[in-house]
Amino acid sequence: MTINIAFLKLVAYFAVLSNAELDVIKQAFSEKTFQRGEVILWEGEMSDVLFFVAVGAVKIFKTSSQGKEQILSIARPGDALNDISIFDGKTNPVSAQALGPVTIYGIKRERLQIVFQQNPELTLNAIKVLAERTRHLFTLVEDLSFRHVLGRVVKILLTHAGDGGGPVQRLTQQEMAAMAGTAREVVARSLKALEEQGYIRLENHRIVINDKESLQKILTDTI
Amino acid sequence: MTEMPSIDKKKCNRCGLCVSVCGCGAIVMVNNVVTIIETEDCHWCTTCEAVCPTGALTCSFEIVIEESPKTDS
Repeated sequence: MTINIAFLKLVAYFAVLSNAELDVIKQAFSEKTFQRGEVILWEGEMSDVLFFVAVGAVKIFKTSSQGKEQILSIARPGDALNDISIFDGKTNPVSAQALGPVTIYGIKRERLQIVFQQNPELTLNAIKVLAERTRHLFTLVEDLSFRHVLGRVVKILLTHAGDGGGPVQRLTQQEMAAMAGTAREVVARSLKALEEQGYIRLENHRIVINDKESLQKILTDTI
Repeated sequence: MTEMPSIDKKKCNRCGLCVSVCGCGAIVMVNNVVTIIETEDCHWCTTCEAVCPTGALTCSFEIVIEESPKTDS
């Protein structure tokens, strides 16, 4: 197993370190792989290893007592999965599940503390990373509180759309529903309504946005 | 190669609901195992995903933005 420095540079926590410094800390990391659907972390469990996505995408979500799922974010290469529980020493506030084949790098909490002590600039950087996360969660609260369901679905489409030129993260209607905090049926209805309006086309496994401007207008009008 | 819905056999409880709702015959039970047969008749209706009680069947979408055709004005 070789930990890739190019990957470590993607990790926001370590982005301020030089190649030489990264070369030293890479020894502290371990690697694990997961297949689509495998759970990497469970909400409520303790963590003693901080995990980062190296390859693939990971769903970060919470589950209600009735089994309803709310996706908080999709973690991509460079993103941490359980920094909150590593830093506050409490249980994982969320679960993490592989959305496809995923490679994860991990560093034990004790090793991480040593890395932080040896590189004090990382502490300030960590505050910045956590502040960005807090800002993302504020936006999510705003969406769930104020935005109409149709607007939430439109926002998901615009956020996750590719230009057809490279690999695109794929989403099921169930995953979109969990992101939008609604039922799968509501997502299906919203997609149908958008298709009837001529804003999108449903082509087998593709959702083609053919009127981006109108979708952006829905987004503005529904908040 | 035609893209088909995917099944997580570890999650599948072999209830056969997906087989019963599939309108194109792409999902069949072979030796008590839900099996997906590649066919161009699958139009991604996602009904199999909707009825699956365990979340074993998934029909994922790629979301793409189509360039607007340039118009002469």
